[in-house]
Amino acid sequence: MDKIIVTIIGFLGIAFTYWFFLMKKDKEVAVTDSIDIVVDGGYSPEVISIPKDKTIKLNFIRKDPSGCLEEVVLGDFSVRKYLPLNKKVTIELTPHQSGEFIYSCGMGMFHGKILVR
Amino acid sequence: MEIKKTFSIKGMHCASCVNLLEDALGKVDGVLQANVNLATTKATVVYDSEKVTDKHLESAVSSVGYQAMVSEELKSEDEEKKEKQKELDDLRVRVGVSLFLGALILWGSFPGLIKTSPLVLQNFLVQLLLATPVQFWAGWSFYRATVSALRHQTANMDTLVVIGTTVAYGYSAFIAVFPNVVMGIGIEPMPYFDVATIIIGLILLGRYFEAKAKAGTSEAIKKLIGLQAKTARVIRDGKEIDLPISEVEIGDSIRVRPGEKIPVDGTIIEGESSIDESMVTGESIPTDKTKGDVVVGATMNKAGSFIFRATKVGQETMLAQIIKLVQEAQGSKAPIQRLADLVSSYFVPVVLMLAILTFVVWYVFGSNQALTYAILNMVAVLIIACPCAMGLATPTAIMVGTGKGAEHGILIKDAESLETAHKINTIIFDKTGTLTKGKPEVTDIVSFGSMSKDELLSLAGSIEKGSEHSLAEAIVKAAEEKELALSKAEGFKAIPGHGVEATVDGKRVVFGNKRLMDKEGIDMGGARNEIDTMEDGGKTVMMISMEGRLVGLIAVADIIKESAREGLVALQKLGIEVAMITGDNERTANAIGRSLGITRILAEVLPDQKEAEVRKIQAEGKVVAMVGDGINDAPALAPANVGIAMGSGTDVAIEAADITLINKDLKSVAVAIVLSKKTMRTIRLNLFWAFGYNIVLIPVAMGVLYPFFGILLNPIFASVAMATSSISVVANSLLLKRKKIV
Repeated sequence: MDKIIVTIIGFLGIAFTYWFFLMKKDKEVAVTDSIDIVVDGGYSPEVISIPKDKTIKLNFIRKDPSGCLEEVVLGDFSVRKYLPLNKKVTIELTPHQSGEFIYSCGMGMFHGKILVR
Repeated sequence: MEIKKTFSIKGMHCASCVNLLEDALGKVDGVLQANVNLATTKATVVYDSEKVTDKHLESAVSSVGYQAMVSEELKSEDEEKKEKQKELDDLRVRVGVSLFLGALILWGSFPGLIKTSPLVLQNFLVQLLLATPVQFWAGWSFYRATVSALRHQTANMDTLVVIGTTVAYGYSAFIAVFPNVVMGIGIEPMPYFDVATIIIGLILLGRYFEAKAKAGTSEAIKKLIGLQAKTARVIRDGKEIDLPISEVEIGDSIRVRPGEKIPVDGTIIEGESSIDESMVTGESIPTDKTKGDVVVGATMNKAGSFIFRATKVGQETMLAQIIKLVQEAQGSKAPIQRLADLVSSYFVPVVLMLAILTFVVWYVFGSNQALTYAILNMVAVLIIACPCAMGLATPTAIMVGTGKGAEHGILIKDAESLETAHKINTIIFDKTGTLTKGKPEVTDIVSFGSMSKDELLSLAGSIEKGSEHSLAEAIVKAAEEKELALSKAEGFKAIPGHGVEATVDGKRVVFGNKRLMDKEGIDMGGARNEIDTMEDGGKTVMMISMEGRLVGLIAVADIIKESAREGLVALQKLGIEVAMITGDNERTANAIGRSLGITRILAEVLPDQKEAEVRKIQAEGKVVAMVGDGINDAPALAPANVGIAMGSGTDVAIEAADITLINKDLKSVAVAIVLSKKTMRTIRLNLFWAFGYNIVLIPVAMGVLYPFFGILLNPIFASVAMATSSISVVANSLLLKRKKIV
């Protein structure tokens, strides 16, 4: 009996993990001029949309002391910046190409998305 | 232009300082708004950048007794260093405490050691007491990161460590507090506090070493920043004053004494010296420089003393440009990284699912002690998975590779260029200014009459003085170098595509090519053989006739650079086909190509056709690099798979180039390719290790080998493997520093 219960709970756990982490919906925030992105266990907001050919300021504020998040890497824009704790670090972007650009922490564990339209 | 700037102020301690500083900054002409914050000790100033410079802000602040830290770049470097050191110190304490307590618990619980341990350590409640601070104090950072990540519906390595160790700790705590309950359901009461504590200790230890090693990957940038001179001896109002480098302005005259560092970029206006530029440009031999020559900031003055005029300061100097370029390259993404990125974004959730599956399978199919095995194997799966190694595999190697390039005077624009360079199998060199010096020089003078060679050169120089042709420039320069007296030429006339004619000392002189001589009906007789031999050697031959009679020949040639031959041999050794492209006629082009051992020659190509030639070779399926000066060849550099520009002057940011050789050394083309090959080999090895490690060890931790060989992975060994895997990836990238590329 206990084996059946463990099996059922186990498979429910797997389904929950899949739903929780892999089926989450990204909420998109439209940016026209500048935006504060809080770095704490990920990036908030995680998905931003910005206009093409316009300079946008992304202000990263790291609140998470984890070493994983100490750098932010916007590989498509050739930017790798150290984020000191609780300090605003501004990155200016002027994208000339539309598309979806993923940025991440220094180890590629946490991701954010920039949609250029 | 209106600019907003925030900078720190040193020496602030009370609210009255705020008013004082706001007043002082507000009075600066061009400052529109000044706010000073006592809590952050920072000033935010809005000003007109055309009227206000950093210097104005600094002096306004210092006039009221404080110090403005306007140069944020250095401050943030310093801040980063301090913050990292603090983190490392904190980590060291946590590692020490958790490993010490973990060792005590291990002593009191490990089957082989238990008999030697004091009884108190064998007590489960004492073990609980020892394990609790490790779990929640030393391991606090894991919990914090996990909670933050879960709020974003993401999971990372901390999530795995937290779940793994909490399960081991929770299960053990239950056994310690309620041993009878556990015994009642037929399970031997055996806590696993050692697993939880040692795992936390070892993973923290791994992070400590990883952080130390990672700092080594960005060493090149730190080295470059460290090259900067701190002060400059500026001559103002006839006095020599030592000023901080940030206060040097364009147009300042600066004295540099023997053995001193040149503070900024400029042009020598007085004196001469030998200058070692190896630290910035990678050029190994010191260069002699005199009045009118360009000097580069942060390079070392050897013997002489001189004064130069500053032409570039602050972020415009060559060193600042190099630092910016390397920083950008280190932040860029290599195409090979995309797979690792994709995998790592799914990795942790997949490992969590595998861990649950492991628990279920062991619980359902395990024989005796099923719960214990289910827990231990699940913990092993959670702990062994190492997503960090995958994330670090590519960027750490790119950082070391681009940094190593910069040390050798090879500036790589981005990671993609570094990656593509290893596939290059054909290189097209532009001839003029790239393989050759780009400035024709007089190579031969032949006299057919009574005139001496110097007299011939003087005569040619006299009539060419008025001409603007590049060949004329070479002849006049040669005459001037020999300090020959030039006569006045009268009735000067340029005959386009042929040459010139004029009257010198009452005699009619015609100077030009064969066509001009034929036109003038001048008999070239026995000179023809000599002319042919020189032309076959790639030289341009001009004939001088006086009063209708051939009196001599002057040959001019564009000299091949010293590094060209060696550079091409190095490329051929790498199995790369070399081609040369030039606007010259086929005969001259062939002659130069022959002397350099180049067989594929694209001659008589007009500048606007070079791009098409590059595309033609690409259409043959070749991966093509184009090497040029970056200015005239920009259109041809752009379509090449890798555009390589030879640096000139103090401009390093050549837009069309993927790689810029600031050491102007043609041997560096091969060095750049070798660097790319070695970096790619390191990345592949890193990725192989990072992927292979997870692909092999996760199933082992799940227990797939158990049915066949009885092999299971102890969670403590899993944590050792995990901690070493990311360190080994970073260490492998650091090994690239020691690899020989020259």
